[in-house]
Amino acid sequence: MKQRAADFLEFDKTKGVYRISPEQAVRDDVEKHYWKHVGLTIVKDWRLYLMLVPMLLVFLFWRYFPMYELLSCFKVPDQVLPVSQQFFSGFSYFKRLLFAGDSLSTDFWRALRNTFILSFYGLCFGFPIPIILALFFNEIRSNVARSIYQVLTYLPKFMSTVVMTSLVTMLVKQGSLTSGMGIVSQALAGLGLVSEETAMSGLLNRPEFFRSIYQISGIWEGAGYDSIVFFAAIIAISPTSYEAAQIDGADKMAQMRYVVLPSILSTIVIMLITRIGSLLNIGYEKVLLLYNTNTYVTADVVSTFANRNGMGAGGAGTGIAAAAEMMNNVIGMLLVIGANTIARKASNTSLY
Amino acid sequence: MKRKLEISELIFKIVSYTLLTIFALCCLYPFVYAVSASISGREAVEYGRIVLFPKDIQFQAFARMFGDNMFWNAYSNTLFVTLYGTLWAMLTSILGAYALSKKRLLFRKTFNFFLVFTMWFSAGIVPQYLNYLATKKVFNAVGIMDDKWLVVIAMGMAAMNIILLRNAFEGVPSEIEEAAIVDGATEMQVLTNVFIPMSKSTIATVALFFAISRWNGYFWARQMISNTNEQPLQVFIRLRLEQYTDADYLAGWNEIYASDSVIYALIVCSIVPILIIYPFIQKYFAKGVNVGGVKE
Repeated sequence: MKQRAADFLEFDKTKGVYRISPEQAVRDDVEKHYWKHVGLTIVKDWRLYLMLVPMLLVFLFWRYFPMYELLSCFKVPDQVLPVSQQFFSGFSYFKRLLFAGDSLSTDFWRALRNTFILSFYGLCFGFPIPIILALFFNEIRSNVARSIYQVLTYLPKFMSTVVMTSLVTMLVKQGSLTSGMGIVSQALAGLGLVSEETAMSGLLNRPEFFRSIYQISGIWEGAGYDSIVFFAAIIAISPTSYEAAQIDGADKMAQMRYVVLPSILSTIVIMLITRIGSLLNIGYEKVLLLYNTNTYVTADVVSTFANRNGMGAGGAGTGIAAAAEMMNNVIGMLLVIGANTIARKASNTSLY
Repeated sequence: MKRKLEISELIFKIVSYTLLTIFALCCLYPFVYAVSASISGREAVEYGRIVLFPKDIQFQAFARMFGDNMFWNAYSNTLFVTLYGTLWAMLTSILGAYALSKKRLLFRKTFNFFLVFTMWFSAGIVPQYLNYLATKKVFNAVGIMDDKWLVVIAMGMAAMNIILLRNAFEGVPSEIEEAAIVDGATEMQVLTNVFIPMSKSTIATVALFFAISRWNGYFWARQMISNTNEQPLQVFIRLRLEQYTDADYLAGWNEIYASDSVIYALIVCSIVPILIIYPFIQKYFAKGVNVGGVKE
C-alpha cells in the first residue's frame, strides 16, 4: 500500500505548519523501540507465554538437540568431547557410503533402495484400499451392520507393533521335526501359493516374501482405521447430489466418478501428502521386529542400517549411521515439501 | 433405464458386502486363532491341527504366565508409563496449544513453525539415541535412577496432536472467552472453565492417541531401560517371543502345553484390556480428527 502524506501528517492551524500526527508518533515509537514493546507485551501477558514454555522446552531438548547430534555425521567421533568440539571431517562419511564400493557402501545402497521400494509398495497398495473400504462402508445402509463391520476392521489397529509382529511371526512360523508350521503358512501351502518346503523353512526367513508380508500385515493392521477419514468425507456428501445424478441417468460407476470422487478429492490429496511425507520414514520398529539376517536383502532399510551401525557394539560408528540418516531425512523432507507445493499448485489443497 | 440403474446399484452392493465380509473375517481370524491356540493341548498346537476351535482344552499356559512375577511387573510398568506419560504429554500440549491458539501471541508463526518443522524433519534414531543417552546421564545425576521417568518425560511428544488441540481451541467462539474475561476470569480459569469443556471431544481423542502410543511403546523402552524390573509389557512380550522360539531353550520343553501357547496367551492378555475399553473409546477415534487444518 502506498502511503500518502495525509496519512501521517496533520495540519496545525494555530502555527500554520504540518506536523506528525499523534498516531504516527506512536507508530514511529513502536518501530524505533521494537524489542522494548515486545518485552512490555510479554511482561503484561506473561501467563500466556509461561504456558508455552514446557512445550517449547520438550521440543527443544528432545527434538532439536538430536538434530544437533546429527552434526556428528561431519565429525570424527570422540568419546569424550561434545559434538561441537570434535574434529571436522568434511563429507568423508557421505563419500564412504555413496562411492566407496565396499560392503558397507553396497549395504547402504541396498538399504536406500529397500526403503524406497517398501514405501512405494505401501503407497500403491496401502493407500487405495482404505478408500475402497470407505466406499463399501457407504453401501451398508443399516447402522448396526455397518458398526459391526467397522469395529471388526478397526480392531487390528489397537494392537501394538510388538503384538502384531509376534502374531505374524507365529502365523507364518517355520516347521520342524517336532512341530508344524504356522497356520497361514499351512493355508498358503495348501492353496499351492507357496511350495511345501518354502513354507516349511519359514516365510520370514525367505527374502522374497518379506515385502509381501510387510505390506499385507500393514493393510490388515491399518486399512480399516485409515478408512475413517475417507468415510467421514463420503457421508458428508449431500443425498441430493446422488439423486440429481440418478435423474440424469448416472449408474453406480458414473455416480462414483462424478459425485463421490470430486467430493472426496481434497481429502485424498491431503492424505496422499501425509503419506508421501512419511514415505522415507517407514516404520523401522516393524522392520526391526520382523527381519532377520536371512532377509536383509529385501528387508534392511536405512533406519535399521543406522541402528545396526550406530547403536551398540560392532557397527561402523555413529558418524556413518548419522550420515545415512541425514541423507534419508533430507530426501524425505524434500519429498514432503515438493508434494505439498505440487498439491497447492494443482488443486489449491495443501496440508502445511 | 430405471432397471439398468437398479442393477448396477445391486451389483455394487453385493460386491461390497462380500468383500467387506471377507476382509472383516480376515481381521478377526488371527485373534480367534490366538485364543484357541492359547488354550489348546500340546499336540494340537505343535502339529497345527487347530483351525478355529480349541482342542484338548488346558489352561496351564495362562496359569504359567499369571504365575510369572515378571509379567505382572511388566504390566504395572506399562500402566505407570501410560498414565504418567499421558498426563505429562497432555499437560504440556494443552498449555502450549492454548497459547498458540491466541491471535495476540507474538511470534505465533515462528512458534508454529518450530512445531511443524519437527514433522518434516526428524534427526533419526541414532542422533536421538545419543540424545537420550545424554538425557539419561543428566537424569541420573539429578537423582532420578528409574528409567521409566526418562520414557515418561522425554519421549512420545507429537507435534500433530498439539496442532489438533490448537485447531480445536481456535474453534471456540471468542465471544465466550470475552464474556469470561469480563466476569473477571484469569487466563488459567478461561482455559479450564471455557476452553477445555468446549473442546472435550478433541481432548479425549488426543489423550487417547498419547495413551495408545505410550501403551505400545517398544523400541526406545528396550534401548533405554537397562533394569529388567522396569521394562514395560511390550519389551517383555518381545523377549519372551525370542526366548520361546529359541531352539536351545525349547529342547528341554516338557509340559503338557506347547511353548507357542504361552506366547499366544501373552498376546491375548495384552489385547484383552484394550478390547474391554474399546467400546467406550471407539467413537472418539472417528470424531475430533480434523485433518484439513494443519495450515499455519
